[in-house]
Amino acid sequence: MKDTTQGYVAEDGRHIGGVMMEMKNITLRFGGVVAITDVSFDIREGEIRAIIGPNGAGKSSMLNVINGFYHPQEGEVWFRGKKRPSMPPYEIAEQGIARTFQNIALFKGMTTIENVMTGRQLMMKKNFLWQLLRLGPALDEEVKHRRRCEEIIDFLEIQAIRNTPVGSLPYGLQKRVELARALAMEPKLLLLDEPMAGMNVEEKEDMSRFILDVNDQYGTTIALIEHDMSVVMDLADRVVVLDYGKQLADGTPDEVQKNQAVIDAYLGVEH
Amino acid sequence: MSGIFYDVLADPFLQMWQMPDFFIQVLWEGFVSGILYALIALGFVLIFKASGIFNFAQGIMVVFSGLTLVGLHALGVPAFVALIITLGVMYVLAYLVERLVLRNLVNQPDIILFMATIGLTNILIGGGQWIFGGETKSMITAELMIPTGSSVWEPGGGIVIFQHIDIAAALIAAMLIVGLALFFSKTKVGRALRAVADDHQASLSVGISLNQIWVITWFAAGIVALVAGIMWGARSDVSFSLQIIALKALPVLVLGGFTSVPGAIVGGLIIGIGEKLFEIYWGPLFGSGVEGWFAYVIALVFLLFRPQGLFGEKIIERV
Repeated sequence: MKDTTQGYVAEDGRHIGGVMMEMKNITLRFGGVVAITDVSFDIREGEIRAIIGPNGAGKSSMLNVINGFYHPQEGEVWFRGKKRPSMPPYEIAEQGIARTFQNIALFKGMTTIENVMTGRQLMMKKNFLWQLLRLGPALDEEVKHRRRCEEIIDFLEIQAIRNTPVGSLPYGLQKRVELARALAMEPKLLLLDEPMAGMNVEEKEDMSRFILDVNDQYGTTIALIEHDMSVVMDLADRVVVLDYGKQLADGTPDEVQKNQAVIDAYLGVEH
Repeated sequence: MSGIFYDVLADPFLQMWQMPDFFIQVLWEGFVSGILYALIALGFVLIFKASGIFNFAQGIMVVFSGLTLVGLHALGVPAFVALIITLGVMYVLAYLVERLVLRNLVNQPDIILFMATIGLTNILIGGGQWIFGGETKSMITAELMIPTGSSVWEPGGGIVIFQHIDIAAALIAAMLIVGLALFFSKTKVGRALRAVADDHQASLSVGISLNQIWVITWFAAGIVALVAGIMWGARSDVSFSLQIIALKALPVLVLGGFTSVPGAIVGGLIIGIGEKLFEIYWGPLFGSGVEGWFAYVIALVFLLFRPQGLFGEKIIERV
């Protein structure tokens, strides 16, 4: 296995930096049910990291640990060189971790642009009285953030649905709006929970391209869960494989594909 | 000419036509109580939207805030200072509710949270009676510079009387509603409130603290309760029986939808104006006391045919 402690050069020549996030011996239980058992891996600056595994492997639970929805009973989470104490998800968002959801969690009563603007929530500091009056510093602030959101909307090619209430959008576009909202937070680490689930081939290709572009243009580190193996092999720099909450393998897509335990548990199984 | 059809379908409208000034008077009175119903219903909607809790304590919050205001003034605190302190008390109440109740019951079924608000109601009734006593008090109307006179309008020889206090109530309620609407649509906190109303997990993921939002919504509901307490108190008196009036908010909500601010306003007006018209023009057919049950019958009809209300979100279950 490749030594990755000091950063490495990815297959496509991108330089991957040092450790951004490290999960150390994470164990997560719900009552008597063990969702994750003693899993350790790291995520590096600028990397696209995939978490894969069969249904019920604990992938989503792991993402929920990273963004603070779940608090593991054992193990440590290190983020940017510091051990992270147990903190609520909104504070973790403040640290620069954004995410999307497997079952799309958009604000259905709002339009696309409003949804994306909620991603700027933490960056808007002006007094609400100014905001109410739409005057002075609050107006400048609103305009500045709105401009940034419009850029992201252009980037993800959803200009046409800017003012459409998201509840009425088709599934694929909703996923894209959700990605836009996460990007509006200008995250250091972006978590994507099955970004391509339920999409057709064309939509999957679009989404893959966006994920690569986000990583390339914004330098955003990405951790994603995905079922489609060909997608994972194309996108990910390194892959961690879970099965029944246990870690089966960790390495480059090639290494993981050749791993016998992985083949037995996952790849070898005909669907 | 007589008979049931005539009494129901013709005579009331004939009366309206024959005495237009009286008809306007009835409409106006209905409008004012409608606005006050809307105000109370608004308090329910705020909390229901943000946390999915039907806050049974909203009615007693109206009484409690009114009593605090009057009680402080009775201790010699100047009226406007008392008003500000009462606002502070409502904030502390919101904070304590979040800290002691909501935070500990998060993710519990709705019915548990509903029961908790019934408990809160009892605490506020008991605490209110302990601190302020159970007797009826009069609102410090003049001290708050709310006008108390009346104006007479004489359209074409008729006579319509407008109590200034009613005009003030309508204006203040309208200002509060516009203010809240602006707050919701234009500010960062307002956007966060709408976000929380839509999706808790997604809100957390973009950095919105639910606890903070709950304090803000309960405080907003407290402000609405205080304004309703002052206005109802000025028209009648401040007493624990005001709670019963607050129950009128229930049919208003059924009519307007539990999640809709415009719904609360339109529902309030329909119930307010509707029950006054019905009482005056159709009431004699039923004996009297129609005002007491009219709203609930309307609510029942809505529950049968349009359970989501006029403006509520349609309930669609994906199968």
